[in-house]
Amino acid sequence: MINLIIIFLIGAFGSLILQRDDRLANIWSNSLAIIGALWGLIFSITNFLYRTNSTFIIGKNTLPILSLSLKIDQLSTFFIFIISLITLFSSIYALDYVKHYFKKYNIGALGFFFHLFIVGMLLVVTSSNGIFFLIAWEIMSVASYFLVIYDRNDLKNVQAGFTYLVMTHIGTVFIIIAFLIMYRFTGSFDFDAIKSGSLSIPQLMKNVIFILALIGFGTKAGIVPFHIWLPVAHPAAPSHVSALMSGVMIKTGIYMMIRIFLDLMQPVPVWWGLLILIIGSISSLLGVLFALTEHDIKKLLAYHSIENIGIILLGLGSSLTFTSLNMPGLALLSLTASLFHTLNHATFKSLLFMGAGAVIKETHTRNMEEYGGLIRYMPQTALFFLVGSMAISALPPFNGFFSEWLTYQALFQGIFTLDSTIKWIFIFATGSLAFTGGLALACFVKAFGATFLARSRSEEKHQIKEAPLSLRIGMGGLSLLTLILGIFSGKIITFAQKNVHLSSSVSAPNFFLSFLVIILAVILIARYLINKNQKEIVSGTWDCGTTLGPRMEITATGFARSIILIFKGILKPTIQHDIEYHDSENRYLPKSKLVTLKVQDIHHSYFYQPLKQIINIISFKIKRTQSGITNAYILYIFIALIVALFFIL
Amino acid sequence: MNMIILIPLFSPLCIGIIKKIKAIFQNRIGASIFQPYRDLWKLFHKDEVISRDASWIFKFAPFIIFAVTLVAGANLNGDILLIIYTLAIGTFFLALAGMDTGSAFGGFGSSREMTVSALAEGGFIFSLLTISNINLASHGQSFLPGILAFAGFFIVLLAETARFPFDNPATHLELTMIHESMILEYSGKRLALMEWASFNKFLIFCFLGANLFFNFGFAFIPIIIFAFCFAVGFIESTMAKFRFFRLPDLLIISFIFNVVAIGLMF
Repeated sequence: MINLIIIFLIGAFGSLILQRDDRLANIWSNSLAIIGALWGLIFSITNFLYRTNSTFIIGKNTLPILSLSLKIDQLSTFFIFIISLITLFSSIYALDYVKHYFKKYNIGALGFFFHLFIVGMLLVVTSSNGIFFLIAWEIMSVASYFLVIYDRNDLKNVQAGFTYLVMTHIGTVFIIIAFLIMYRFTGSFDFDAIKSGSLSIPQLMKNVIFILALIGFGTKAGIVPFHIWLPVAHPAAPSHVSALMSGVMIKTGIYMMIRIFLDLMQPVPVWWGLLILIIGSISSLLGVLFALTEHDIKKLLAYHSIENIGIILLGLGSSLTFTSLNMPGLALLSLTASLFHTLNHATFKSLLFMGAGAVIKETHTRNMEEYGGLIRYMPQTALFFLVGSMAISALPPFNGFFSEWLTYQALFQGIFTLDSTIKWIFIFATGSLAFTGGLALACFVKAFGATFLARSRSEEKHQIKEAPLSLRIGMGGLSLLTLILGIFSGKIITFAQKNVHLSSSVSAPNFFLSFLVIILAVILIARYLINKNQKEIVSGTWDCGTTLGPRMEITATGFARSIILIFKGILKPTIQHDIEYHDSENRYLPKSKLVTLKVQDIHHSYFYQPLKQIINIISFKIKRTQSGITNAYILYIFIALIVALFFIL
Repeated sequence: MNMIILIPLFSPLCIGIIKKIKAIFQNRIGASIFQPYRDLWKLFHKDEVISRDASWIFKFAPFIIFAVTLVAGANLNGDILLIIYTLAIGTFFLALAGMDTGSAFGGFGSSREMTVSALAEGGFIFSLLTISNINLASHGQSFLPGILAFAGFFIVLLAETARFPFDNPATHLELTMIHESMILEYSGKRLALMEWASFNKFLIFCFLGANLFFNFGFAFIPIIIFAFCFAVGFIESTMAKFRFFRLPDLLIISFIFNVVAIGLMF
């Protein structure tokens, strides 16, 4: 483990040293990241196989409350595996992808922060001391902040970075308070000590810790309503970094939730799990609804991360509920569902972000309305994006289906076995998962169709080429992985059912094989057996006698419009017409018409806006004490002194 | 496994029966109930016209969609989520194929199809969940939940198989159609496969309904499927198609029926 961190640190400082030469810095940073990722994969797989739990302490334990201690159990190993896996493919992808930043920005700095970011994530999932954890958490957050604002010539990216920095630090404040409360009652920041002393924490304080940790880690994970940084920060970062941020970094929030709620704070009351179930349901539904309204491809994907975090939380919430109700078999089933979806989401979401990055690199825009017809220019990228879309829409035989299937089974078991109120929460969660699945399918038909199908709506279409080799290797590897994880999901599903009996089962290899055989048979029979002498005439699309233009095909906005109107109670769409007339007095002949469609962000208007107002009002009240008169300040000092003396004596 | 042959073999017959029932309601003699077989035969032997804007998605979608209905048919006695999501593969490619030629009709058809199927999914999953676990019912009640779940399922059946009041399978008027507008650009054998796949999907839904809700034995299934065909033909002859933005109400009603059914059962 130490070697692993050292590799990435060498990568970080090496790329700083080589920053003079863009090409060299790029090769250095990415090849070191590939080596590190491979090392991490080997390390985590051997850990899995031999089921080793290891503990180290870096340096001597001289500081009173901070010990640089790492503890790697199976949960940490699993997250090291995910981090290494996604790092591997994004570094391969980055080899060619970063080239379009050459001569524009400092490549050495990109490599430096990229490596530091990975080190931060690795330390977050392995540290076993609160203070050390917070340091790692900050390394991860700040390094990713610099990656978000890497493309700094665009003012929007800098603003996005600011939103990210503010939100992530608000989250960190909650986490720090949670750790301080734990320290207050257990006398230590070490996770082991907290765990053994957790019984001495009063229940009320445990609940406070739960809420604080939920907000703190939920902000990083992107639960509604603390998600607002996600759709601005992920699009701003370079795509291979977005892949890591969306695929892996937000999962560190999930890791810490599992660590604290299922490990350190046991036993926990039932309502913790139920609250997480409700939050998961709301996050998944709102995430997918807002994704439907987007026509910025990376924002759309970022909203889908919120949706998938919601699905992961559904598994985690049911696991927590079953644990509190003392049903370990079902708790294992749900936790496996949650972790399996974490892994699956990491693979297909990184794949989709990489696909989006390849498209953006060629078209120079994130606006899906300007794409169209890219399947002709980038056939392989289109295929990989299609695989990602199918996986995220939970279509078999790709991996997304199997983890959602497990999540469904966990929720079904909750409905079948639990009592009235709890049962209704499980029904609500199942319903939202069902609608989320349907809406996600609609959203990815929109995303894939508007981007790759029909005729091109772009003016630069002739310059568009297929993505370079390393991008295709990165995406192709991940596509293959989504399929493999799907086909070999049987092992994981069997493991999840160790102590429970499910009435239904799926066999992925059978399904995949029968599907392939049947498709081939259909093609053969329809093509060659029935009538060999058919002709296929190529002609234009039926145009009703007019000339077909790119403006006549459906756009991303148009595609989602009916769903937006159906959900207008939540999304609050607005429409605004601006008409300019030739003759402003008579208003008969319009010169130009402009229609602006918008979706109101309910979190801004109902959560952040009131919050801001309250903070403003309080600030104005406090401002009165700052009069600027010296005598008053002397009075304050005097009062403070007396109060302090009073407490001490 | 024999369903893999039975479904495509008898699905055109179901559609023929529905057409015949509609014809009788309209006081016509109507075409023979075997007419869909002749139509498919004819289409399979025709030449094709393919749009020059179409990509491989358009060209392969009919094969995939048809295969999906066969795979779903083969798994009909298996896991309900697998059936639902296998059918979703078909919907996914159907909607993509509709968008692929860049025709305005296809795009809007896809948009409408995805809207309807997204909203139908909740009712679909819940109705099959209710009915396939009715033997687990803890409150002993299974009659009322069964009826509610069936009502919900029937609404989903009409929505997913593009029947009245969701879609008009007989129309070619761009304002009303959903399924027909997505396959507007197809001709020849690909059109035949698309049509046949939609026939299969109808029979799969009927079979699911017959098998899960009226489980009297295998011999009764053809009779119940005939009853389904009659019901669909009856609805199509006696009521008007709904306005598009009234469809969500119907689908949400189907979902609520099923939620109540589950609530009553456990």
